[in-house]
Amino acid sequence: MRYLRLFIILCTLTSVLFIASLLVGPANVGVFDSLAALWSDDTNPLQLVMYEIRLPRAILAVMAGVSLGLSGAALQGYLRNPLAEPGLIGVSSSAALGAVIALQTGIAAQFALGLPLAALSGAVVAVVLILFLAGPRGGSLTLILAGIAISALAGALTSLVLNLSPNPFAVSEIVFWMMGSLTDRSMIHVTLALPFMILGWVMLAGLGRSMDALTLGEDAAESMGIHLTRVRWQLIIGVAASVGAMTAVAGAIGFVGLVVPHILRRFVGSRPSHLLWASAIGGAATVLAADIAVRLILPDRDLKLGVVMAIIGAPLFLHLIYQNRRDVV
Amino acid sequence: MSVYGLLSKILMVAALVSGAAFADAPKRVVSINLCTDQLALLLAEPRQLISVSRLSHDPISSAMVDQAIAIPSNRGTAEDIYLLKPDLVLAGTFSSPATLSMLDRLGVPVEQFAPAYSVADIAARMDQMGIALGRQVETQDQIDAFETQLESLRSQMQINPRAALYYANGYTLGEKTLAGEILAHAGFQNVAKEAGLTSGGTLPLEQLIMLQPDLVVTGTRYPATSRSEEILDHPALDAIRRANRKNLTDRDWICGTPFVLNAIQDMRDAHQEFGPSK
Repeated sequence: MRYLRLFIILCTLTSVLFIASLLVGPANVGVFDSLAALWSDDTNPLQLVMYEIRLPRAILAVMAGVSLGLSGAALQGYLRNPLAEPGLIGVSSSAALGAVIALQTGIAAQFALGLPLAALSGAVVAVVLILFLAGPRGGSLTLILAGIAISALAGALTSLVLNLSPNPFAVSEIVFWMMGSLTDRSMIHVTLALPFMILGWVMLAGLGRSMDALTLGEDAAESMGIHLTRVRWQLIIGVAASVGAMTAVAGAIGFVGLVVPHILRRFVGSRPSHLLWASAIGGAATVLAADIAVRLILPDRDLKLGVVMAIIGAPLFLHLIYQNRRDVV
Repeated sequence: MSVYGLLSKILMVAALVSGAAFADAPKRVVSINLCTDQLALLLAEPRQLISVSRLSHDPISSAMVDQAIAIPSNRGTAEDIYLLKPDLVLAGTFSSPATLSMLDRLGVPVEQFAPAYSVADIAARMDQMGIALGRQVETQDQIDAFETQLESLRSQMQINPRAALYYANGYTLGEKTLAGEILAHAGFQNVAKEAGLTSGGTLPLEQLIMLQPDLVVTGTRYPATSRSEEILDHPALDAIRRANRKNLTDRDWICGTPFVLNAIQDMRDAHQEFGPSK
């Protein structure tokens, strides 16, 4: 009953924000005209704006939010550490590196799936490295330090690749790959990323029971019939597929996977399995809200999503580190 | 052959024949800006210009790559320039201030040229270049030829289709820019004005779609990919331009040189497609 109420609240919030996202844009059009255009059959410019520009943007915000919220909750559940987040541990920046390499070498131009696949590969490398370095217990210090190192290296290599590009615009896009943006994306990006994201979501959603068991410790979980190696690989591929595909089309958006599970944890008690779905929907609402905010704050500039998320998320991150101080030192 | 191409070849031969420069004219001129490169290539005496900027060797940006390739390029750093022992450096007003102040300390004379913001600025920049190079007579001939050509290309059209200049990152140029004047000279209305933009600025894709221009003029694509240029392939943009798209040759539009006449001619050709009866 308690979970049902949370589910309904989160879904309502997400739906409201989704519709709000469709109504915000530089073209000044009335609320009713905009919504009516979504159902009209004749082709007019407004319908084009709604279908080809605003709708993909809102859908991508939901997809990105679900991927990030779910990945954050899953990583935190598996490592039993509230500081684990795809952006902070370097998964997003490694995915961005993969995507940039695919774009600049021309692999992405030769076959379309090259872009999400390369981003996924980058993400896999980062998740494997993190799990290997942090170990099954996921100590905060190693987790954060490994994350800093992986992010720094992937970020530097991304800058290097873009600096080497013969395209004069490439260098200015370092900001996009590090901060993320949903501006002027199209349905092409939605269809490119969706299959990989769904694969990732299914894998992460299937981790619920194992995560609940893991709260009792590894030995207890294993005695309950949880296959730890399989859980680990399911997590790796799930996080890499969803975050990789998301980063390939929208750049690296940080802190969503940190903030959302943190806020929702108190509402689901100590059940990681419930935190998974709640963070997925909550993540969608968060990214939708952030994407509306960037358009309201600076309508005519392409303010990056990561800027808004970092302003909200970084203080929370510091707060969490402060709380975990004893554990870290 | 392009309108201006033939003309410039004739004038170059004439310049070769006319011979001697002024006595105090600079003998080792180094240019570090794409636009001053081209003005100098047009107006300098042979061997007076000893180095051009690296961009001039790039066929996407440079309208005079054939002539520029014969002259060594520089990277525009103070060290690079000083080692060439120039007696005059040609720079833009937006050239790196650090480089220019270093050259100043080293005692190298620098002549700075503002970008051309209008077609009228072109003759003024040519005149400034002619004086700097000590080639006033030859320059005046070229200016006269340019202005005659320009007048003959002025649009007499009754209809004025609405066009948008659209570049990477959704950047557009309004009527108070060189590109905007090229558009106007060829008889187009600029939709940037309807969006409240008179100089350059970002025109969100949504707004462009709602403005429904008759023609969308986009730039030549650079090699490799960039997210900035992806907007030019957006399905919504494809939908409004279908037949009415035009890839312009950037290099004729970038600098305030007589090559702008080629750009105007191209846009006039595009104007023809809208026909007099529409």
